[in-house]
Amino acid sequence: MTDSPPKTPSAPAPADPFNRQETLTADTFLRGLWQENPVFVMLLGMCPVLAVTNSAINAIGMGLATTFVLLGSGALVSLLRHWIPKQVRIASYIVIIATFVTVVDYAIHAISLELYASLGAFIQLIVVNCIILGRAEAYASKQRLLPTLVNGLGMGLGFTLALLSLGSVREILGNGTLLGHALFGEGFQPWLVMVLPPGGFFVLGAWLLLFAWLKQRRERRILEQAGVAAHG
Amino acid sequence: MANESLPLIFLNAAVVNNFVLALFLGICPFLGTSAKKETAWNMGLATTFVMVVSSVSAYGINWLLVELQLEFLRLICYIAIIASAVQLVEMFVKKYSPALFRSLGIFLPLITTNCAILGLALFQTAKEYDFIQSLVYSLGAGAGFILALMLMAGLRERLELARVPTVSQGAAMSLMLAGLLSLAFMGFAGLGASHG
Repeated sequence: MTDSPPKTPSAPAPADPFNRQETLTADTFLRGLWQENPVFVMLLGMCPVLAVTNSAINAIGMGLATTFVLLGSGALVSLLRHWIPKQVRIASYIVIIATFVTVVDYAIHAISLELYASLGAFIQLIVVNCIILGRAEAYASKQRLLPTLVNGLGMGLGFTLALLSLGSVREILGNGTLLGHALFGEGFQPWLVMVLPPGGFFVLGAWLLLFAWLKQRRERRILEQAGVAAHG
Repeated sequence: MANESLPLIFLNAAVVNNFVLALFLGICPFLGTSAKKETAWNMGLATTFVMVVSSVSAYGINWLLVELQLEFLRLICYIAIIASAVQLVEMFVKKYSPALFRSLGIFLPLITTNCAILGLALFQTAKEYDFIQSLVYSLGAGAGFILALMLMAGLRERLELARVPTVSQGAAMSLMLAGLLSLAFMGFAGLGASHG
């Protein structure tokens, strides 16, 4: 073994850009929660985000249902990735997704009739949530099972988190409650418009404004530091 | 079977329960293609066409599925129908208007995942509309979609010329605008018959 050239231990195999297998790291999971948050960063899946977030419990239910579909369809797409012909892949993904959504639809119907009634058609509309198709196309169709599951879980939880941050704000402002518990005294006048459709647009807009402001402030600070360093 | 009158169905779908501003369906194309009035108009027309085609086919398929007692396949069948209808529109547009094809870009195939269309098919099934009612409902929904897109595009074209703080440019501003529009549409709520 002494005559072999010294190996560089940290150098990975040359990456093939078309068939890159991602190694499983914490980042695989965490990316979906913050850095590539499907709602706040990528602006995907807007319809359920706005429509079912008039209370925190609806937001959680919707988020978990979406996470389940994301995991199930991701796993199946990842397992079948060598067998699905490229020309019909989108149609195949949609059928796989629709299957899992039907499962979720019947499951929620059986578990909680109340939640089923308040989410309404939006459970079935998970089929056309762009996050799920986007993950299937961009991630699951290229990666092995385990990273797909971990990444899907991260994305799903990121989605749930975003829904919850909208849902809780709208419920507190519009109804004075959080998860059904009253937060304020008798004198509280609910800001009713927040639980109605316009509130969804306003609250999401406000969150995006906040994030844009934070980002701008951070960038300015980095710029200032760079300026200080350059001037010595 | 629902016995709502046809004008009421149309008005309900187009204005009172506007698909975009009151039911939050089809937000992605609403935010994505409403920067210019011309694009918005074409997108609205394409979507309306797909709505009508898929609504009529969904009616037929639903009848068949109920006959065969296969209702659990409804969702899969609907989405397959919509995907085919979109494919049809895409081929048509590509052949007859390549310029339009380019300006709509990725949003044309994405009509498949426009929840307004699947939502329409699901709502008409839930409300048990008959054939003519479904047709009117889909036309109303299409008209409402065009209306919302055009209003938004008009506002955004004006805003191009306005000086807004850099923080609020982009998506946040569009959402605030949509909120104001939605607030205005709430004024129609008294006209409506019921939800959905």
